[in-house]
Amino acid sequence: MLAAFFDNVPLMIMLTGALVGIAATLVGTFLVLRGNSLLSDAISHSIVFGIVVVWLLTRQQSGPVQILGAALAGVLTVFLTELLANTQRVKNDAAIGIVFPVLFSIGVLLLNLYARDVHIDEHTVLLGEIGFVWLDTFDLWGLHIPQSLVWMGAMTLVNLAFVTLFYKELKLSTFDAALAKALGFAPGVIFYALLALTSATAVAAFDSVGAVLFIAFVIVPPSAAYLLTDRLWLMLGLGSLVSILSSVSGYYLAVALNVSIGGMMAVMTGVFLSLAFLFGPRYGLIAQVLRRRNQAYVNECRTLAVHLYNHEGGPEAGEENVAAALREHLLWGEAKARNVLLRSYDQKLIERQGELLALTPRGRALAREILEPWAQGTGTQTMR
Amino acid sequence: MEFLLDYTIQNVAMGAALLGIISGVLGSFAVLRKQSLLGDTLSHAALPGVCLGFIIAGTRDMGAILAGALITGAAAALFMLVLTRNSRLKTDAGLGTALSVFFALGVVLLTFIQNSGNAAQGGLDSFLFGQAAAILRSDLWVMGGVTVVALALVVVFWKEFKLVSFDPVFARSLGLPVIALEVALTVMIALAVVVGLQMVGVVLMAAMVIAPAVAARQWASRLETMVVLAALIGMASGILGAVISALGRGLATGPLIILAASAAVIVSLMIAPGRGLLWEAMRQAQNRRRLRGARVLTTLYRLAAHHDNPDYPAEEAMVDAYHGVGTTRVLKRLEARGQIKQVQHAPEMTPHWVLTPSGITEAERVLSELGKQEG
Repeated sequence: MLAAFFDNVPLMIMLTGALVGIAATLVGTFLVLRGNSLLSDAISHSIVFGIVVVWLLTRQQSGPVQILGAALAGVLTVFLTELLANTQRVKNDAAIGIVFPVLFSIGVLLLNLYARDVHIDEHTVLLGEIGFVWLDTFDLWGLHIPQSLVWMGAMTLVNLAFVTLFYKELKLSTFDAALAKALGFAPGVIFYALLALTSATAVAAFDSVGAVLFIAFVIVPPSAAYLLTDRLWLMLGLGSLVSILSSVSGYYLAVALNVSIGGMMAVMTGVFLSLAFLFGPRYGLIAQVLRRRNQAYVNECRTLAVHLYNHEGGPEAGEENVAAALREHLLWGEAKARNVLLRSYDQKLIERQGELLALTPRGRALAREILEPWAQGTGTQTMR
Repeated sequence: MEFLLDYTIQNVAMGAALLGIISGVLGSFAVLRKQSLLGDTLSHAALPGVCLGFIIAGTRDMGAILAGALITGAAAALFMLVLTRNSRLKTDAGLGTALSVFFALGVVLLTFIQNSGNAAQGGLDSFLFGQAAAILRSDLWVMGGVTVVALALVVVFWKEFKLVSFDPVFARSLGLPVIALEVALTVMIALAVVVGLQMVGVVLMAAMVIAPAVAARQWASRLETMVVLAALIGMASGILGAVISALGRGLATGPLIILAASAAVIVSLMIAPGRGLLWEAMRQAQNRRRLRGARVLTTLYRLAAHHDNPDYPAEEAMVDAYHGVGTTRVLKRLEARGQIKQVQHAPEMTPHWVLTPSGITEAERVLSELGKQEG
């Protein structure tokens, strides 16, 4: 039963992809909220430097030493970036864009010079191949457990433990660093720990998805979740969900089209982000448009109510408070005028008295609420 | 030196020089507009365009590939703008999303081409990391053409670009089409990316846009100077990288060009007149020395005042104890300036110091400057 589970290649691939996504989302959520998610771009490129240096020193291509070395390289990137930005002569984003290409260049040159015969070529590092995760396995109790799965599982657990243990601290230093500092939470330390975990996750993930696609998993699922919710824990959960969905759908699409599995998974995160962007319940584009249009409708009805109220009972009422006057005095087109009238009838704001348009008590209350807000309490009715 | 006459090396050096010029000029605007990482996003987003150009042309046709790169680069920039303008996502998330998703699309298309078994696909990988040695004379003409177009646009719209970079609000109030100009500047970065793809590859293009501009910024405080300097620095880094890579076997050109440009940044940060960190450190050290001298001098002055004796010999150990640090070097400096002199105070053997008349004048000047001169 267990053996069948671990020998199921598609399942192993999807599980690895989902774990990459979940581990990346756990740290990426905070990076996106802090507004420096592009550090993951810098980190994932400069771990190439860390990987090469560790390989030259220890001749180990994977395992805890590699993860540690890469984590240090990631922290070094961030440290150098801040050093450069702190000179006040280089902007923060420019500093990022100078530091990581330098480390990447040194890594590539070292690779060219000393490691020509190793399998860690730049191509694998950048692209990864999740389709082959089942090739390298640990054999435990007669089970063939993919190595990538083990490393990703471990990183997911570590990240989960970090986020759970320091949830309060992370939350506070993300949303109000000054207060966190005042309360003695050391937001700087938390931030560096977060980035060290990001780099460790990146190196655990690069065998399967590579450095660039890892960025997609760090930034895109949390961004999609950010468009859907205001709650931090829900954002973490939704981001993980997006990762799982992208992994599964990406796998099947890639197999169907015979293309890169990791690439397709990353593309699917983009698809889910676009869906959240368009159809999100509150922040989605369509919801925004609908809200704006509804507001426009409400305002038109209010305008009509005020217009009728102003001329109500006056000598000019016969001329002003008729349907035809809306076109001339409010400059509404015929279709628009008719629509506003219909909506106002529906909401029982106005009624017809022969040719005359008259306010109902409800409509009159609405107009008075707008024109005489100080007279509140006299049977105010708000229109919702 | 005869390797400089080698045909391939000449090609590479010329390509690198072109890349340096265009990315230096356009990068200056990107850095000033705080869009440094736009180059990174656009270069990653060029990958699907490279693949699409290849699929449509059916061969490794430079024109089609570069056109594709330009189009998807612009599409990614547009995607980024729409996403950040219409949602709560910040610029970094927008840039990162566009970068990674477009690149993923490129990876998908790349494997699609590989699996379609087109024999001509070899070499598409070279756009990932750049393969300067594979540059042909005909490629150079394309790159040169793109550079000339970009430079011509910068010259023609110089005033407008300058205004939009520094004060977009004022530019709008003058009735300039600000959004169109911003889009133009963005798309032109894609032009630089297109030139750089074969030279340094998508990953390192980010630094090519940023580094020359940042280096030039240290030396210049006018946009005209900065743009010209950035072009020169970019060109010099390009040629230097190309030449060094020709010297040794197995030295990739792209990384060397980037390292040369980054070295220019470090040197400029250090020694640029006025802004250089080295000068600032020296200025600070000088200030610190002057301050320490003034403190020791006023200590001696107060001791003398306290004892009602202008020639009061203060023991060096006492001055040390008063300041909590060794003051020998400070005292020597003051002595060299003639503001104090060493005296013997028998029967003690330890060094003692008294103020000279010029030292008293100086101490009184310092104290009155501090506004709390004491009797």
